[in-house]
Amino acid sequence: MAIIEVDDLVKRYGDHTALSGVSFAVEEGEIFGILGPNGAGKTTTVECVEGLRTPDGGAVRVCGIDPQRDTGELRHLLGAQLQESELPDRLTVREAMELYSSFYRDRADWRELVDRLNLTGTLGTQFRRLSGGQQQRLSIALALIGNPRVAVLDELTTGLDPQARRDTWDLIEGIRDRGVTIVLVTHFMEEAERLCDRLAVIDSGRLVALDSPAGLVARVDDRQRVRFRPSAPLDHAVLTALPEVTSVERAGSQLVVTGTGDLLLAVTTVLARHQVVAAGLRVEQTSLDDAFVALTGRPLDT
Amino acid sequence: MSALARLTATETRLFFREPTIVFFTLAFPPILLVILGLVPAFREPDENGIRMIGLYVPIIIVMSVALFALTSLSQLLATYRDKGVLRRMRTTPVKPRVLLGAQLVMSTVMSVATMLVVLAIGRLAFDVSLPRQLPAYLVAYVLVAVSMFAIGLLVASLAPTGRSASAIGTLLFFPLAFFAGLWVPRATMNDLLRTISDFTPLGAGVQSLQDATAGHGPQLLHLAVMLGWAIVAGGLAARYFRWG
Repeated sequence: MAIIEVDDLVKRYGDHTALSGVSFAVEEGEIFGILGPNGAGKTTTVECVEGLRTPDGGAVRVCGIDPQRDTGELRHLLGAQLQESELPDRLTVREAMELYSSFYRDRADWRELVDRLNLTGTLGTQFRRLSGGQQQRLSIALALIGNPRVAVLDELTTGLDPQARRDTWDLIEGIRDRGVTIVLVTHFMEEAERLCDRLAVIDSGRLVALDSPAGLVARVDDRQRVRFRPSAPLDHAVLTALPEVTSVERAGSQLVVTGTGDLLLAVTTVLARHQVVAAGLRVEQTSLDDAFVALTGRPLDT
Repeated sequence: MSALARLTATETRLFFREPTIVFFTLAFPPILLVILGLVPAFREPDENGIRMIGLYVPIIIVMSVALFALTSLSQLLATYRDKGVLRRMRTTPVKPRVLLGAQLVMSTVMSVATMLVVLAIGRLAFDVSLPRQLPAYLVAYVLVAVSMFAIGLLVASLAPTGRSASAIGTLLFFPLAFFAGLWVPRATMNDLLRTISDFTPLGAGVQSLQDATAGHGPQLLHLAVMLGWAIVAGGLAARYFRWG
C-alpha cells in the first residue's frame, strides 16, 4: 500500500510554474529518492508533502491524510529535515532533544537516538560549536524524535565531507530497517544510486522518470562494453558471431566489445574455448549519470 | 509541562546565555537609576517641590520595556526566522506561534521584574514614593508593554535578518527614549516637544505612570495613544509576519 500519494501536483510562484503535474506514490518501508538539478522543483514537491506549502492543483495524501486539512495529525506521522534549518546558537544538544521530544505524543528514546547518531559526546555542546556533520546528524535526530512513519530528508549530505556522507548513508539504511519510510531529496547521483529503492527524476517541474536506479539505467541503455587485452591474436569474427555482441573494435592493444544481455559470460566463454587469456578485463555499464543525461538532456552536476 | 511552559523555560535559559542582552535589559536600568540618584541635584526638590529622581523612575521603567521589545524580542524572532528555527518548528506538532508566545511571556516576566527592582531601589535608596493608584499604574504599565511588544514584533516582521532587526531596533530606541524624557524629562520639555511626546507610546506611558504614582487616573489621550500604537503596530505585524 502506498504511504504517500502525490497526484498531478501543480505549484506556481507568480508567473513561474514550479511544478506542473507531478505524480508518484511511495510504498511503505522504501527509501524513495527525488533526484534532479537545482531548481527542478524537488524541494517544492516535498514541502507540499510536508504541508509547508499549499499546492495550486492536484492532491497529496500522507498515510491517507491531506497535509493541508489535517496538518496537526500529519505533524505526528511525518518527521522532516529541512534544508538550511538551524537551531538557536546557544541551545545544547541535550536541550534540543529534550525540548523537541516534548512536542510529540509518541516519543522515541532520545538517548538511544543520540547514541545511534554518534552524538553522545556532544550532549552538553551548544549548537554553534557543533561541526557541520554533527549539526546535520542532530537535524536527523530531531526529524526522528517523534517516532514518525515517514521521514523526509532534504539535501541531507550537502556540505558534508565524503566520510561523513558515507556515515550518514549507513545511518539512513539503519533508519529504514526500523520500518520508517524515507523520502530523500538529493542532487548527488552516488547517493541516489547507493540508497534509493526507487527514484523520481524531476526536471523543470516535471516528473521525467520513475524507476529503480538499475531500471532507470536499463531503460535508457542496456548496452555494455567489455575491454581486455587478448594474450594472443584473435579473429574478430569469432566474437561478432555471438548474438550478444553488436560490435568489436580495436583500441591500441585492447579489444572493446560492445553488446547487450549476458555479454561478459558470452565473451569469456569464447575466449576460453580459443585459449585466449583476457588481461586487464573491465566491464563498463551505463551509469545513472548517463541515464540522467539521456533523460534530461544535461548532466546533473552543475 | 505544556509546550508553552517548556519553550518559555528554554528561551529563558537561552536569554541568560547572552551576556550583552542580559546586561542591557536587566542590569542597565537599575544601574542607571543608581547613577542618577548619586547626583545630589537630582535628589533635591526644585521650587515646585519636584525631585528629578522621582521623574526618572517611570522613564527608566518604560525604557527597560523598550529595551526588551527592541533588542531582545525583535532580534531573537528575526534571527529565528532567518536561521530557519521557526520553519523547523512548523514541521513539529507545536506551532511556531507557541514560540512567539514563549518569547512574550519571558519578556513580560523579565520587564515586570525589572520594574519591581527599579521601584524598590527608588523607594529604598532615594525615597521615591510608590504608585498611589496601583490599578491605574498597572493598566498604564500593561499598555506600555503591549504597545512596545507590538512595535518589537513589527520590527521582527519587517527586518530580513536578526542583524537588521537589531539595527532597526536601535534606531527606533533613541527617538522613543528621547520622547520618554530620558535626556530631557517631559516636565522640562517645551510645548512642541511635549505634544509630540504625548503621541509616542513611551511619552504617553511615562506620563500615565507618573499620574498614577501621584494618585491621579491616567489621561484618556495617553491611554488612547498607547492602545492605538498597539493596534496599528500589532495589526501590521500580524499582516507582515512570516514564519519562514
